[in-house]
Amino acid sequence: MSSFDTSNIKSPWILHYDTGSCNGCDIEVLACLTPLYDVERFGILNVGNPRHADILVITGAANKRSARVLRNLYEQMPDPKMVVAVGICAVSGGVLHNCYNVLGGVDKVIPVDVYVPGCAARPEAIIDGIVLALQKIPEKRKLLKSREAKTA
Amino acid sequence: MSTRTVIPMGPQHPVFPEPLQLKLSLKDEKIVDVAPALGYVHRGIEKAAEKNDFTQNVFLVERICGICSFIHAVCYCMAIEDIMKIELPPRANYLRVIWGELHRLHSHMLWLGLLADSFGFESLFMKFWEIRERILDILEKTTGARVIISACAIGGVRRDISDEHLQEILTVIDKCEKELNGIIPVVMSDTTVKRRTVGVGVIEKEKAIHLGIVGPVLRASGIAQDARMTGYGAYKYLDFKPVVEESGDCYARAVVRAKETYQSIGLLRKAINQLPSGDILTKYKGNPGKAAAVSRVEQPRGELIYYVEGNGTKNLERVRVRTPTFSNVPALSKMLPGMELADAPVIVLSIDPCISCTER
Repeated sequence: MSSFDTSNIKSPWILHYDTGSCNGCDIEVLACLTPLYDVERFGILNVGNPRHADILVITGAANKRSARVLRNLYEQMPDPKMVVAVGICAVSGGVLHNCYNVLGGVDKVIPVDVYVPGCAARPEAIIDGIVLALQKIPEKRKLLKSREAKTA
Repeated sequence: MSTRTVIPMGPQHPVFPEPLQLKLSLKDEKIVDVAPALGYVHRGIEKAAEKNDFTQNVFLVERICGICSFIHAVCYCMAIEDIMKIELPPRANYLRVIWGELHRLHSHMLWLGLLADSFGFESLFMKFWEIRERILDILEKTTGARVIISACAIGGVRRDISDEHLQEILTVIDKCEKELNGIIPVVMSDTTVKRRTVGVGVIEKEKAIHLGIVGPVLRASGIAQDARMTGYGAYKYLDFKPVVEESGDCYARAVVRAKETYQSIGLLRKAINQLPSGDILTKYKGNPGKAAAVSRVEQPRGELIYYVEGNGTKNLERVRVRTPTFSNVPALSKMLPGMELADAPVIVLSIDPCISCTER
C-alpha cells in the first residue's frame, strides 16, 4: 500500500453540505469538531473545498434546487469518495417526506455509503458513521481498480 | 478604468453552515452591489402544515429551525391556544420561559463562536462551543434530546423539570457565567476583534426602522424593541428590559448578543426561583374553530410571527410563518456596499442568518 492509499484513512478530510436541513444536524456536525468531541485529534478536518475532501457529509432532505449543487460537489471530489447521510431527513426525508419541494433522501440524487439516522443525529452517531465510511474505503478502492482494469 | 467583477459567495461556503448565495459585484476590492439568491433550503413546510393534523404540526414546526426549535413550537402553540381559548397552568408558562431562555443562551454562544470563526479567531470559537455543550447537557438531562427537544405541547408542556434538575440548572448556569466572564471581555475589548468589527456594516437608526429590521440587529442600532416586552407567557412577571447599543455596526451586534447571554442567565435564575407548583398541561377537546390568530415571540434572532387560521376540522386552513432572518436579509443590501470583500463574511454573519427559518 502506498502512502496515498493510507493517508485518507488515517486523516480523512470531510466536506459538509446542507441540502435542506433544519440546522439541527448541521450544528451537531460542527459540535463534533469542537472541544467536547474534538474529531481533529483523529486527523479529521473540515474543509471548504470539495477537491480536498475524502468524505462528503450531507445533512437534510434533498430538494429540487439543492440537488444540482449536491451533484456538482460530488463530481468535484476525487476518488475514492465516500458519502455519509446524516439525520433522518438525509436518510429518507423523515418528517418532511410529504413536503412538495422535497425529493426524499439524499440517495435519490447521489449514491450514499453510510446512513446515520436520528433527529437530530447525535455527535457520537456521526463520528461512528464516519468511522464506518473509513472502513469501507479499501473495499471501494478495490472496486474502482477492477473497474479501471476492465475499461483499459 | 475599473471594471466590475461578480463573485458568487455560496451556496457552499466554509463560513456559512447553511446554503445562502450572495452575488457580490466588486469594483477592485470594494463591494458595490449585492444580490441574494435564496431557495436552497426551501421544503414547503407551510403547505405540509395544512395537510397534517394540528397536533402533529407541533413536531413539524419544530423542524423549521433546529437551533431555536422550542421557540417555534411555543409560538405555534400560543396561536392555537388563542383560537381554542385554552388557559395555560402558570407552571407551564414558566417552564416554557426556562427552555426558551436555555435555547437563546446556546444560540447566542453558537453565534459568538461563529463570529469569531468568521474572522479566523479559531480558539475563541472553540471556547464558546465548549461552554455551549453544558447548556446542551442540561437540555438532554431535562428532555432527553440535545437539539430538538419536543417539550412543548398545545395547552402547556409535555415534561416537568424536577427540583433536583432545577438545582442542577442553577449550578450549571453559575459555572457558565464564570467561564463567560473569562472570554466575553475578549469579544468586547480585544484589538483584533475590534479591528474587524468596529465601523463595519453600519445601519443607522432611521434606516433600520425603514428596512423593518428585527431582533439584536435592531437593538444594536439603538431601538429598544423586543417581543418579550409584550409580556407573553411568564415574561410579564420577570421584569424584562431589552439590551440596547447605539453604534449599529458589527461590534454593537456582538455586544448586544454578549450582554443578552448574561440577561438570559438572569432571567433563568428569576424564573427558577419564582417557579410555581401545579399542573403542566391543560386538557382540551375538539378542533380549532373558524377563527384566526397571530402570535409574536422573541427568537434568538429576532421577532417570530405565526398566523394560524382554523376551519373547524382537525386540519388547519393556513399556517404562515414570518421569521426574523426574512426581515434582516434586506438589510444586507445596505450593509455590504462600500465595504471590502474580506469584510463580507463578518457582515453576513452579524445578522445571524438562519436560512432554514427563512425558506421553510
